[in-house]
Amino acid sequence: MKKIILLLACIIQFTTYAQVDSSLFKRVAVQDTSIQLNVDATYNRPFLSVGKSPVAVGGYIEANTNYAVTDGVSEGLSFQMRRMTLFLSSAIGKRVRFLSEIEFEDGTKEINIEFAAVDFEFHPMFNLRGGIIMNPIGSFNQNHDGPKWEFIDRPIASTTIIPSTWSNVGFGLWGKYSKNKWAFAYEAYLSNGFDDRIIDNNLNRTNLPATKLNPDRFEESFNGVPLTTLKTALGHRVLGEIGISWMGGVYNKFEEDGLVLDSRRRVDLLAIDFKTTLPIKTAIRGEWVWAFVDVPSTYSQQYGEKQRGGFIDIVQPVLRRTMLGFEKAVLNACVRLEYADYNVGTFNETGGDIGDHMYAVVPAISFRPFPQTVLRANYRYSWTSDLLNNPPSKTAAFQFGFSTYF
Amino acid sequence: MDVNLIPKLQTKNSMTTKNSMTKNKIVLFVVTLCFIAAACSKLTEHIAPKSPDEDQLLDGPIEGLSELEKRQFLAGDAAFNGELFFSGNGLGPYFVTSSCGSCHAGDGKGHPFTTLTRFGQSDTLGNTYLHLGAPQLQNRALPGFTPEQLPAGASFSKFMPPANTGLGFLEALTDSQILANVDVEDANADGISGRVNYVTAPDFFAPLAHHQPHNGKFIGRFGKKAAAIDLLHQTVNAYNQDMGITSDYLPNEPVMNGLSNPYFDPFPGPEVQLSTIDNVVFYLRTLKAPVQRNSSDAEVIAGKQLFLDINCGSCHIPEWTTQQSTIAALSNKTFYPYTDLLLHDMGSGLDDGYTEGTALTPEWRTPPLWGLGLSMNSQGGSYFLMHDGRATSIQQAIELHGGEALAAKNLFVNLSQTDKLKLIKFLESL
Repeated sequence: MKKIILLLACIIQFTTYAQVDSSLFKRVAVQDTSIQLNVDATYNRPFLSVGKSPVAVGGYIEANTNYAVTDGVSEGLSFQMRRMTLFLSSAIGKRVRFLSEIEFEDGTKEINIEFAAVDFEFHPMFNLRGGIIMNPIGSFNQNHDGPKWEFIDRPIASTTIIPSTWSNVGFGLWGKYSKNKWAFAYEAYLSNGFDDRIIDNNLNRTNLPATKLNPDRFEESFNGVPLTTLKTALGHRVLGEIGISWMGGVYNKFEEDGLVLDSRRRVDLLAIDFKTTLPIKTAIRGEWVWAFVDVPSTYSQQYGEKQRGGFIDIVQPVLRRTMLGFEKAVLNACVRLEYADYNVGTFNETGGDIGDHMYAVVPAISFRPFPQTVLRANYRYSWTSDLLNNPPSKTAAFQFGFSTYF
Repeated sequence: MDVNLIPKLQTKNSMTTKNSMTKNKIVLFVVTLCFIAAACSKLTEHIAPKSPDEDQLLDGPIEGLSELEKRQFLAGDAAFNGELFFSGNGLGPYFVTSSCGSCHAGDGKGHPFTTLTRFGQSDTLGNTYLHLGAPQLQNRALPGFTPEQLPAGASFSKFMPPANTGLGFLEALTDSQILANVDVEDANADGISGRVNYVTAPDFFAPLAHHQPHNGKFIGRFGKKAAAIDLLHQTVNAYNQDMGITSDYLPNEPVMNGLSNPYFDPFPGPEVQLSTIDNVVFYLRTLKAPVQRNSSDAEVIAGKQLFLDINCGSCHIPEWTTQQSTIAALSNKTFYPYTDLLLHDMGSGLDDGYTEGTALTPEWRTPPLWGLGLSMNSQGGSYFLMHDGRATSIQQAIELHGGEALAAKNLFVNLSQTDKLKLIKFLESL
């Protein structure tokens, strides 16, 4: 906590300097002109450097209003400070660089180091990364910055099945190769993993994000078995990008002090992600994930052995011109379709389908005065079914907010 | 702080013009936002999901609660429907389900997924399997624990969780009101007897003035065999036997087959506060009675008449009126549960060979029929009726009646198809 306060103090001091003389700051230009893949998202962010310092800072902030009605009942209007994230990067030396991402969610309700890793570039196809890494499962986990998205809520399957933002202490390799219109990337990491909270939590459902409640997970592995994450992606300058990723490992405490307590129980996730832009400038991106969890058969079927879900975002620019004094502003019409099924299967007792799933449709309008900033108006309508598959509860949410890099 | 985005300094005149234009744009923007906001508030009425009609819901409080009572109702609602147990707050280690709401979705009937298995007692002399985990099977367990197994030779029965709705009205009835319909020897020769189940009260039971003990036992009025005296008795047992949640009322975990009690418990100590139990009991006491739908429909009215004509109403007594209650909103209220709260012999077809208290194995307490038509909304879109959910339609449930209800069942079977549909339509309206 002291380190975080010190860091904040430094940044505030930088900001104070900026008020005196903004020429101290330089926007760090993105040098990489190759095809940008999701693997590049870590560094593909606006940074400000201070003078000739090798250190660059940045971050983003997002806030919104929320008015939701569930089956005719509303809790009224709320104002939400979703998150403020600070980036700090440093070129330590030639082809050695450091980046960190510290996030304050819902005010200071959650303070997390989401990323803090050093990259050693031995070759573009062979980079060693170590520290707190973001496991490359799907695309959203790595590419989650609010200003990059036209929707206020994060995709539900990407945050409740894939536990985005999901980062762990680990080491691994990554590389990227580009030639002509094509690019290829791979990532492979070993890290600390999940724990048995994923099937024993106060949501009473299989919930991978529950592991994030373990305060010791950055200190030691829950069971000593590393979590493996592999991803590969193929990109084309015109066609877009497709990625496939897998993350798996043992989640339970199967042995302690040499005593065998249980069999090794695995959790595995398989995800596919894609993005493309149609000739009419329609941007489409999404991801789909399947999760497989070995749940003891003598436990409750409330904890599902299979989960699945995903989203697709369609963003159509409808105006691209000077608006309200902002040059090259863009007005987008957008829609998100999303789905999450937390318990795929049938009841042992009846053979009937288990419920515990939700669907949502989110039409939206976004306004970008410039690329790093977005104002968003979302209308979110969702259907949520309980475990028994009773008639779904329906929720409509009206949201307005902004997200911007700073 | 993006220096590239900060506009360069302007001359004074151009700034004035620009400022004026900017002001106009801002005013236009704000006015537009106001219009959008106003439109949205109007639009909300049309594009936000509406509340289901009151007669489509089983949850919600009775009318007339004080502000303090409303607060307690909400606290009980939060505990009943919102508190989900896991190992970190005391679930199990042996259990059937992990929350109150999982057995009573929307305060309605349960689902075969949460059916309870009771075992061990086939006569009125007491349960001889208590040392082996009776009376309830905890068929699920936390990882690392082995669920309870049914002991060899034990008789058992499966109990479908009932709806919670209107329970406070039933609890508010006096013992004398219930006893008034007892006809053990069938003195009126209508083929229907009806008797109460006298059960041993737990230590924490505090009798009210209207309770009439009989040989130290009290009248049970809740549960399939009428084995729970009041809602506190029912609730404390459910916390303990259904979820493995201990309290100062029942401080020990359920007994397990072959395991000494207390055995290793990853979460020792009282796992629910007495105040929480009190709030849940208050919530159950003050849940509203179901509201009948289509009560003025001609077929529903005709169906009700048929229901009474073929003598269903002898056990499923339509109307009751409470006397003075400790909760003012429950006092002197007329309500329509369609039950007599008495035990009836339902014939060999429904005799599972298991019983509780002084009830005999073929005897079952008349279940209230109110809320019947909304059962599918809590049972996953299907009907699972009768004590164990074996009937998948109302008609099948009627046709499974035997014993004292055999004559009424036969009268139903002999009705024309049109009349059967009217009678069923009436039951669906409850």
